[in-house]
Amino acid sequence: MSEFLESLRFLSFDGGWGWNLVRGLASTLQIALGAFFLGLSIGLFGALGKLHGSAPVRWLLEIYTTLIRAVPELVLILLLYYAGTQLVNEVLAMFGRRPIDISGLVAGIAVLGIVQGAYATEVIRGAMRAVPRGQLEAAAAFGMRPSLLLRRITVPAMIPFALPGLANLWLIVMKDTALLAVVGFTELALTTRQAAGSTRAYFMFFLVAALIYLCLTLISNVVFRHLERRARRGQPTLA
Amino acid sequence: MRWDWLGEYIGRFGEGLLVTLELLALSITIGMAFAIPIGLVQVTGPRWLAAIARGFCTVIRGTPLLIQLWLLYYGLGSIFPMVPGIRESFLWPLLRDAFPYAVVAFSLSVAGYEGEVMRGAFAGVPKGELEAGRAFGMSRFTLLRRVWLPRALQNVLPTLAGEFVLTLKSTPLAATITVFEVYGIGTLVRQETYRVYEPLLFVAAIYVCLTGVIVVAFRRLENRVPRPA
Repeated sequence: MSEFLESLRFLSFDGGWGWNLVRGLASTLQIALGAFFLGLSIGLFGALGKLHGSAPVRWLLEIYTTLIRAVPELVLILLLYYAGTQLVNEVLAMFGRRPIDISGLVAGIAVLGIVQGAYATEVIRGAMRAVPRGQLEAAAAFGMRPSLLLRRITVPAMIPFALPGLANLWLIVMKDTALLAVVGFTELALTTRQAAGSTRAYFMFFLVAALIYLCLTLISNVVFRHLERRARRGQPTLA
Repeated sequence: MRWDWLGEYIGRFGEGLLVTLELLALSITIGMAFAIPIGLVQVTGPRWLAAIARGFCTVIRGTPLLIQLWLLYYGLGSIFPMVPGIRESFLWPLLRDAFPYAVVAFSLSVAGYEGEVMRGAFAGVPKGELEAGRAFGMSRFTLLRRVWLPRALQNVLPTLAGEFVLTLKSTPLAATITVFEVYGIGTLVRQETYRVYEPLLFVAAIYVCLTGVIVVAFRRLENRVPRPA
C-alpha cells in the first residue's frame, strides 16, 4: 500500500508524467470527436443510401456494414491503417505527386470513423424509419424539395430516436481510441503504457487511466441525458 | 497478393483458433454465470447489493477492455510476485501465465455488459407469469429456474447473439498480453513473412466465419422458442 502511495508522485505535473497524460487525453478526445463526427456523416449518407438508394448502392452498403461489424476493430485498424496510407500514396503517385506522410491523427480519425460509420448507418436507418410517414407526406405535399425535407423534417424528427444509439456509439469510439495504441499512436492508453513501463508503476498508471476513461464516460452520460431531454421536449413522455 | 506462406502456417492458425475458441467459451460461460445474479439483484435484490451490481456494470462498461486487461496482467501481475510465499503455492503456475489473466478480464467484461442485458431481461418478464408460478406453489428458486430465467433468456437471445459477437471481436486484445490466439498468430506470420495484408485478410476471414457461426447458432436457438400465435 505504501508503495502504491509512493508511486503517486510519478503523476506530478512538475517532472512527473502529469502533462504527458494530459496530452494523451487531449489526443484521445481529438480522435474520438473526429471519428464520431466522421462516422455520423458516413452514417447519414449510408442510411439514406440504404433507404432510398438504387439496388447496387444498397448492396454495397450492406456489404460495408456487414463486413465492418463482423471483423474485430483491431484487425480493421491495422488493415485500414496500412492499406489506407498505401492507397493514398498510390493515388498521389498516379498524379505524379510525391508520397506524403499521413499523420497518426488523420489516420486514426479516418480508420475509427469508417468503423463508426457502419454502426451509425444502422442506428440512423432505424431512426429514420421511425419517423411517422404522415409527417414526410405532409412535407412533400407542401412542395418541399427532398433536400429541404431531409433538413427540416427527417433529421430533426429522427434525432430523438437516434440519440440513445448514438450515445452508445460515442462511448464505444472513446474506448476504441485505446486500440490505436497498438499501431503506435500516442493517445492516452499508449502514454500510460509508456509511463508504466518506464516507472515500473504498472498498477497505479493503468488504474489512473481507467479512472480517466470512467470519468469521460460518466460526463458523457450526463451530457447525452440532457441532449435527449432537449430533443424530446414537446413529445409525450413514455409510459 | 501472395498466399504461398499459408501452407506452412496453417497448423499454427489451427492452434490459434483453438485458443480463441477456448478463450471465448470460458469467458462467456464464466461471465454469464456472474451476469445472471448481477442482473437479478438489480431487479429484486436488497438495495445495497443492487448498488454494488450497478457500480460494477458502470465501471466495466465505462473503461476500455484494453486498459482492464493491462491493469490485470501488467498491474496485478507485477504485484503478485511481491506477495510472500506465492511462488511456492499451487496458484503460481496460473499467475505466471498470460491466458488466465485474459480469461478473467474477458469474463469480467462479459459479466458487466451482460449483467446490464440480464437486468432488462428479468425486468421484462410479465408479472402474471411469475404470479402464476407462485400460485402453483413453486419455491423462489424453482420459480427462477423454471419460469423467470428461461423466459428472460428467451427474450434477449437476439441481444446476446450481438453481444457475444462483440466478445469474439474483442478477443484479439489478448494478443497484446502475449496470448497467441488467431490474431496473435497473424501478427507472428506478418513478422516472419514480411507480408503486410495477406495474413490480416486471412485473420479477418476467420473472424467473419466465426461471427457467422454465432449468428446462425443463435438463430436456431431462437427458432426453438415457441412464438405465441
